[in-house]
Amino acid sequence: MTLLLMSSLLSMKMHTCKARVLVMMLSVIFWAASYSCAAWASGQLNNPYPDDEQEQAILYESFSERPKHMDPAVAYSSNEYAFISQIYEPPFQYHYLKRPYQVVPLTAIRMPEVIYLNQKSEKLGQGVSDSDIAFTDYVIEIQSGIRFQPHPALAKNIQGFYEYHQLDKAKIEAATSLNDFTTTGSRELTAEDYVYQIKRLAHPKIQSPIAEIMKNYIVGFDDFSKQVKDKPKTAVRDLPIEGATSLSRYQYRIRIKGKYPQFIYWLAMPFFSPMPWEADAFYDQSGLADKNITLDWFPLGTGPYLMAENNPNRRMILLKNPLFHVETYPTEGESEDQQKGLLADAGKPLPFIDKVVFMLEKETIPYWTKFLQGYYDASGISSDSFDQAIQFTGSGGVALTSSLLEKGIQLQTSVTTSSFYMGFNMLDATVGGATEQARKLRQAISIAVDYEEFISIFMNGRGVAAQGVLPPGIYGVDDKAGINPYVYEWLNGKTQRKKIDAARQLMAEAGYAGGIDPKTKEALILYFDTTGASVDDRPRMNWYRKQFEKLGIKLVIRATDYNRFQEKMRTGNAQIFVWGWNADYPDPENFFFLLYGPNSKVQRGGENASNYQNPEFDRLFEQMRNMDNGEPRYRIIQQMQEIVRRDAPWVFGFHPKDFLLFHGWYKNLKPNLMANNRLKYTRIDTADRAEKRQQWNSPIFWPLALVGGMFVLMLIPAVNAYRRRFRGTKL
Amino acid sequence: MVVLWTDALIYLLIAVILALGLYLRGKEHIQRPLQQIGRSKIGMVSLVVLLFFVLIGLLDSVHFKPADDKKNEIISLLDDWATPLREHGEKTYSAPFATTLYSKEMMTMADGSMQWGYPRLEFGGKHLNNPETEKIPDILQKTAYGLVQGLGLTGAFMLLWYLVRQTHFERLNFIVRPELVAQGQVVPEARHGEQFNPSAKAVWVVLFIIVPLATALIHLSAYYHVFGTDKVGEDVFYQAVKSIRTGLVIGTLTTLIMLPMAIIFGILAGFFRGWVDDVIQYIYTTLNSIPSVLLIAASILMVQVYMANHEAAFTSVIVRADMRLLFLCMILGVTSWTGLCRLLRAETLKLREMEYVQAAQALGVKQGTILVRHILPNVMHIVLISVVLDFSSLVLAEAVLSYINIGVDPTSYSWGNMINGARLEMAREPIVWWSLSAAFVFMFALVLAANLFADVVQNAFDPRRSGNE
Amino acid sequence: MTQYIIRRLLYSLPLLMGVNILTFVLFFVVNSPDDMARMQLGQKHVTGQSIANWKQQHGYDMPLLWNSDREGTKKVTDTIFYQKSVGLFLFRFGVSDSGRNIGADIKERAWPSLAVALPTLLIGLLVNICFALMMVLFRNSYLEHGGIVLCVILMSISSLFYIIGGQFFIGKVLRLVPISGYDDGLAALKFLILPVLIGVFSGIGSGVRWYRTLFLEEVEKDYVRTARAKGLSETQTLFQHVLPNAMIPILTGVVVVLPLLFMGSLIMESFFSIPGLGNYTIDAINMQDFAIVRAMVFLGSVLYVIGLLLTDISYTLVDPRVRLS
Repeated sequence: MTLLLMSSLLSMKMHTCKARVLVMMLSVIFWAASYSCAAWASGQLNNPYPDDEQEQAILYESFSERPKHMDPAVAYSSNEYAFISQIYEPPFQYHYLKRPYQVVPLTAIRMPEVIYLNQKSEKLGQGVSDSDIAFTDYVIEIQSGIRFQPHPALAKNIQGFYEYHQLDKAKIEAATSLNDFTTTGSRELTAEDYVYQIKRLAHPKIQSPIAEIMKNYIVGFDDFSKQVKDKPKTAVRDLPIEGATSLSRYQYRIRIKGKYPQFIYWLAMPFFSPMPWEADAFYDQSGLADKNITLDWFPLGTGPYLMAENNPNRRMILLKNPLFHVETYPTEGESEDQQKGLLADAGKPLPFIDKVVFMLEKETIPYWTKFLQGYYDASGISSDSFDQAIQFTGSGGVALTSSLLEKGIQLQTSVTTSSFYMGFNMLDATVGGATEQARKLRQAISIAVDYEEFISIFMNGRGVAAQGVLPPGIYGVDDKAGINPYVYEWLNGKTQRKKIDAARQLMAEAGYAGGIDPKTKEALILYFDTTGASVDDRPRMNWYRKQFEKLGIKLVIRATDYNRFQEKMRTGNAQIFVWGWNADYPDPENFFFLLYGPNSKVQRGGENASNYQNPEFDRLFEQMRNMDNGEPRYRIIQQMQEIVRRDAPWVFGFHPKDFLLFHGWYKNLKPNLMANNRLKYTRIDTADRAEKRQQWNSPIFWPLALVGGMFVLMLIPAVNAYRRRFRGTKL
Repeated sequence: MVVLWTDALIYLLIAVILALGLYLRGKEHIQRPLQQIGRSKIGMVSLVVLLFFVLIGLLDSVHFKPADDKKNEIISLLDDWATPLREHGEKTYSAPFATTLYSKEMMTMADGSMQWGYPRLEFGGKHLNNPETEKIPDILQKTAYGLVQGLGLTGAFMLLWYLVRQTHFERLNFIVRPELVAQGQVVPEARHGEQFNPSAKAVWVVLFIIVPLATALIHLSAYYHVFGTDKVGEDVFYQAVKSIRTGLVIGTLTTLIMLPMAIIFGILAGFFRGWVDDVIQYIYTTLNSIPSVLLIAASILMVQVYMANHEAAFTSVIVRADMRLLFLCMILGVTSWTGLCRLLRAETLKLREMEYVQAAQALGVKQGTILVRHILPNVMHIVLISVVLDFSSLVLAEAVLSYINIGVDPTSYSWGNMINGARLEMAREPIVWWSLSAAFVFMFALVLAANLFADVVQNAFDPRRSGNE
Repeated sequence: MTQYIIRRLLYSLPLLMGVNILTFVLFFVVNSPDDMARMQLGQKHVTGQSIANWKQQHGYDMPLLWNSDREGTKKVTDTIFYQKSVGLFLFRFGVSDSGRNIGADIKERAWPSLAVALPTLLIGLLVNICFALMMVLFRNSYLEHGGIVLCVILMSISSLFYIIGGQFFIGKVLRLVPISGYDDGLAALKFLILPVLIGVFSGIGSGVRWYRTLFLEEVEKDYVRTARAKGLSETQTLFQHVLPNAMIPILTGVVVVLPLLFMGSLIMESFFSIPGLGNYTIDAINMQDFAIVRAMVFLGSVLYVIGLLLTDISYTLVDPRVRLS
């Protein structure tokens, strides 16, 4: 109906006022438009945030995929950690500035006391052999006076009962978000909260991704898990677990099986942060989950920030936790940190930033543009904006282009502790197996697939070609002589990939001279399995094909969706695939276990995706696994590297380099691949930011006027024709 | 020779069109609108452009395994013809007609020193010793050569055409004229007039533009990357040309697949009414009410499963891509037949009440015969119009679907894939504009021609509009 | 009238049932619940036990169509098909595979979708009708021919180009509007300008052509000739006779898409990161979250059915000749 009304209105106007009025109307519209534009011009038209946020110490970040879990027992991916590491505090953390990475206390008073026990749970002295150690105790003492963030789950009424633990139906019905529960409360953090969280990890209903691993380490974990299988989440509070007990209000003990020095790294991960039992008691009330009010969306922690708004469809907001305990900026770091200004805030209380806004940003173009306009404070560099940002200096180093330098943008690079590789399925009849023929084929492919070129084309040089399983920066990597002798050679003082002829020679030795499969008398066909279904992957696929063509091998790309790919990997139907691994903690064990036989994907559902099995390697791994860093461990690592390089179950791909760009007003930024809780260290110079934004974002109006003018010009003949006709009909 | 599924369907489509043409040859009610199209300048010009695209698409639809090499690769006639283009890949981006890469790189100079600069391309303009001074004259010269070649070719063709036509006419006139004149028809004048038909002139003008342009492009592309190269150094011109087939296949095969369904269901529903009508209406309303994008997404996922389960059948990239293309056409067909079906049903309902159908029924003519004899020919104009109208929207839809990753296989060439890839290039600085522009130009040309042609066809065949002109 | 509406509503039940069956077959043939579990649980350390847990939690631990372990009617009701479809019909969309309540998300996201789609439709309609009227007014002049050619040209450009181009020039080069994003309330205005503008612009080509044919059809009718013969000027006949009569097909055409506006525009929303339902759907497709896709398919069908109903009703309201039977 409104439409009819509108059109009749229009028609009235038209036939009473004639065309002259039409032109007048248009000019009025233009005038109004330009007026409102002028009114806005004092601000920035393209500012995606409210104008009054301009002067506040707000950090703007982005996220591209909505995080699935905020429960520290479940979250296990970097996009989830970006949030929860700011909210939850495990007992330990990585030192922000020091390298190599070092674990330091966070809520704990000191590093844990490690006690080795024998089979009868008797304390062992120093210097006992590893085989005698049956259990290890970690005794952790936390600081007193740490308080949880204000949260409805902790709110108590005057009688001292929990306000919201027995909600009636009407109240749940009425609630739309957590903020509808207005009363909040807090209480002191105790050792019991840490123990409670470990019990949660064991509960099958929580579905912690590390439950399976922890079964092998924490004493009584498996039994506890079975015991609570059919009980509600809240039941774990009253049941004891053998491996974790609180000794006093501020002290607790974790008992693990055997010796496992890497366990300290786990204690620095959010999985081992404290969780008040009240959280489960509150969120478990039926009906709340239907409103998306769950622990997965509204965390409850002790950290520097608290989740103020969680709208994964648009944005997430972290606010400074008003009850955050005293923590100060580190006073020491690497030698050059002082000079870089990273120690300027030493000793000041954390955090510096009042509010962090994470905006959902899925497309790279808007993201990059907004960064250049100053609306994001930091940005990674997508491969396509790379030329704009980075240039290589004469000596092969990297520097920012002058246009970015002018804007005061700064750059940081670091090699990540992750490894991307092309894996062969060792169960496959052609590329797999321990036969000499298959090994030579794999070695030939290792030479042919030129990852240096890959890095330069697809990563803009943001990576280092891998020489083995371990990325640089992990213990056991020999930076100088650690080249892979099967793929590289030492030429003119540089590592160089072997010539393709060497690979062809290997092919011939393997029985595939010229890439011809003796069975079919045609080119050897190999299959490349990938999930890449998007257009952006196409150049990459073409590139892989080209690499294999060098050897005369025809590579067939079998792209399927993620599920199918996973299934192929699980059933061992894949042949060649690319895969990556991000270190959980900076220890060689976390990489070598990817090739440990008993971890085979097909047989055990483990993480050994290429199903590699070599008894000698497995033996060395078992030996190396629990050793402390030192000369003997180093030697074993070198042996393992040699075995893997020779067998070539992987084409060692590359270790990506992180390039981080950030504006000059964003202070105290240092790349730290292990620590996820770095937001609390950073600071923003708001005055500088406001000024720069103003400077970069003055709108340009004249093309608009031009288009308007052209439109009016186009109307003139129409108006003229109309007049003529009008006169014609009148006459 | 290797016949892919879509190839086979394309051949089938051509056979169907030829058969239809033969069948309709003498039919007066078809002749008249056809002549109207023939007289329309825009119609003929766009038809020529369309045919040009179709020709390229056909060349690209004859696949074979080259005998000489053992690469086990399937290529088309077009690929074979454009082998240099296909194999002259650079390392990464280079601008149209560039002789160097688009971004600076570390280069090792002849004397072993390292320098930061623009490396020369491996193939683009490699015949030039001093690109700065020689490039522009060289390009101009090669363009001129190509143009002249094209002009000559078209000129020769035109001469040949008129010679053949002349003799044909003389013979025709000689045989036909006396009796026609005897019947008092003014055929000679009409024939004479047709020779100077304004649309014929327009066609020749277009030919004189397109052919030299094509030869010039071909000639130039042997020496330069006319539309630059993409991220992995593939020639963009080659990609854009290869995409023609994808566009055409989607635009035509989809209709080929949906036509039988739409016609049979539409006519049956309209003719028999009752429960048949109810069932058919139920089916198409159900299908219609599902958002088509979601239906397509789900089906494409299903295809991937099918291919994952039948790996042996898809050993080559091109076969896999072809299968996915075919499935996409089928799914698009399933989602788009409902509109035509509804139109046909309504028209049949109307026709059913016509006197001649009623009379045939009263005379006891078999229902099948009535359907084929009386109903089908009389709804053909609706089918024809909807086919030409759908064509361009399908070509456009491909691009959009590719954006959501539910379009054609990412390894196959298509404008949608090109645009999708080029989105990121727009964020580069300086921007890489040529992939997007090439896709735009080619797609625009095809869709514009198709739209214009569809307009003319609609005007000619739509009985409501025939009085319009 | 009420009776008619009730009858139509009943008629829509088998329709929705059909949609439901079709989507069920499509989605459960494609991906078994095992696949979904693995997809959602992520890459690291996934075991059979955790998959079983996940399936149990999301209600996928039953047979698809027939549960032979149960007694009586439970053989049918304790199946994935029954559980999931009944939920849909009661508009209880359940929990997405990633753990969020779908119904709550849909409620929240419908508004931004509408905020883009409704202005686009209305402004588009106004602009298209204006231009179409202008072309009819100047029919058979070079203005009309030029207009038609322009329309065909505009139609022949893929909508992707409009979006990419608009974002590039207006957002990036001229810096007139934020390049993407969304905000609540009135603050959303500055984010909506560009998508609405592009939406209107990309629809001009086909829209104007379509309305032009509608108007032309009316113009040639007898009553218009009579009006002209009566001595009314061309503009008067156009506005007093042609426009109101042509409004009927225009109106009904609009009414049928009105409910579907809630579904939003897939591409526009994801380019401008507007948190609407279109964006939601694309994400679900890309993340293979079938619970969401199923819900959206069902919702789309329901809205379509409502649109059909509204069309029928609006026919009777604007055109007294049509009677509901």
